[in-house]
Amino acid sequence: MNPENLLFAKTHEWVHVEDSDGAKIATVGLSAFAIEALTDLVFVDLPEVGRAVTAGEPLGEIESVKAVSDLYSPVSGEVIEANTPLADDLEKLSEDVYGAGWLVKIKIGDEAGLADLMDYATYQKQCEEEA
Amino acid sequence: MTSTLAHTPMYDWHAAHGGRMVDFAGWSMPVQYRSIVTEHMATRTAAGVFDISHMGRLRFDGDGAAKFLDSLLTRRVGDMTSGQIRYSLMCSADGGILDDVLVYRIEDAGGVPHYWLVVNAGNRAKIVDWINGRLEGVADVEFSDLTETTAMIAVQGPAALDILRPLVKHDAAEMKYYTGCETEFASHDALLSRTGYTGEDGAELIVPAAAGEHVWSAILEQGKAAGAIAAGLGCRDTLRLEAAMPLYGHELSEQINPFQAGLGFAVNLKDRSFVGSDALARLKEDSTGPDSTGPRRIGLEMEGKRAAREHCRILVGEQSIGKVTSGSYSPTLEKSIAMGYVAPQHVEPGTEVMIDVRGKMQAARVVKMPFYRRG
Repeated sequence: MNPENLLFAKTHEWVHVEDSDGAKIATVGLSAFAIEALTDLVFVDLPEVGRAVTAGEPLGEIESVKAVSDLYSPVSGEVIEANTPLADDLEKLSEDVYGAGWLVKIKIGDEAGLADLMDYATYQKQCEEEA
Repeated sequence: MTSTLAHTPMYDWHAAHGGRMVDFAGWSMPVQYRSIVTEHMATRTAAGVFDISHMGRLRFDGDGAAKFLDSLLTRRVGDMTSGQIRYSLMCSADGGILDDVLVYRIEDAGGVPHYWLVVNAGNRAKIVDWINGRLEGVADVEFSDLTETTAMIAVQGPAALDILRPLVKHDAAEMKYYTGCETEFASHDALLSRTGYTGEDGAELIVPAAAGEHVWSAILEQGKAAGAIAAGLGCRDTLRLEAAMPLYGHELSEQINPFQAGLGFAVNLKDRSFVGSDALARLKEDSTGPDSTGPRRIGLEMEGKRAAREHCRILVGEQSIGKVTSGSYSPTLEKSIAMGYVAPQHVEPGTEVMIDVRGKMQAARVVKMPFYRRG
């Protein structure tokens, strides 16, 4: 996926939203900026399928050699798929950030949170300020 | 805030070479340049070059210096020979650890000795104050804090001594481990020691601050062909953890005594009197005797990749038996390891425990330290 077509959360998750049978499905990953900042990833803890998640609340954890960081859900809804094979192949996260490196798919329950997400250009600006 | 942090003489180099600068004990230090794992493995297989100028460098001159240091350090200073270096502790009157240090005895060409004390960055102010307090009324000791007028560089790894050979007047390979000497690096005065904090062979250099960046760059240039790279504090921590070397503020504190920390070897009580010696004589019995109940330092190996971090609780069944003091994924061993303190009935290698990692119980077992020993 081209990051320019994605939405981004302040907490560095990317979101791709598509319609499926009348529902909105969000594919969620972690941005290239965040992965580059974390470096040396060793562990990812993803939520179980069926778990209800809330925009802005912790979704899972990602651990680097240095520290553990929370992953936050950029949308509210229900986890319908988790990319569990990633745990044994964390290089995929950095090699294909906006593709094979996706983390979870969430069936969006409440679309209100979507308005808080940024487009790519706005997110790039945030990253420049943080760098 | 950033402007209040101290800069080492190599600060500009770090900033220009992608160093991620963090506040470490009031110093702006590089935690990593690119990847901690890359820098870690370079140190294990070739050489890592570390700016450790944040460490406190204290010098003692004068006829009373040895006697004075003997009254402060848990290890004997008076019997040290020229060039000898010892790992030692400084303790409070109640036997708690104030700092862990290296003490060097260096003699000039005329055989006149002086002493260096290398102390932890985070303890420097405390130790300097403590020393100044103890110096009142003591004759023939000249004490100076040379931390800010010198730079300190560690070159660690199997290629370290070969890299330094063409650069330094004295060959570290011909020096015994834990010895040092005054020498020259190019035209600069240098104090060379065969010491380190990574579990690898290697050397450390103290040079005038003005020469720091030149010495630093020359080592990296010389080491390039062998695979030497600049290495940050991030991998210094994972390297020392694999070598099970304690770090002040984690494994060591004023609430821990040397015997609990497994550092009894660094306490010489026989025919000596120093700050804390009476308490330590008592604690030696209490902490290692059959009735001891105080916590002891242990090594832990995790079952999964997830790392236990500082403050994680260690349990047997439902019972909390202690806490983790340091933990990380180990790049060399490719598993997660930790150190911590537990009650003495749980220190036996092979003991199965659970660790509460952010609310999730992770299986681990007690293992012998060090986790890594160089081949």
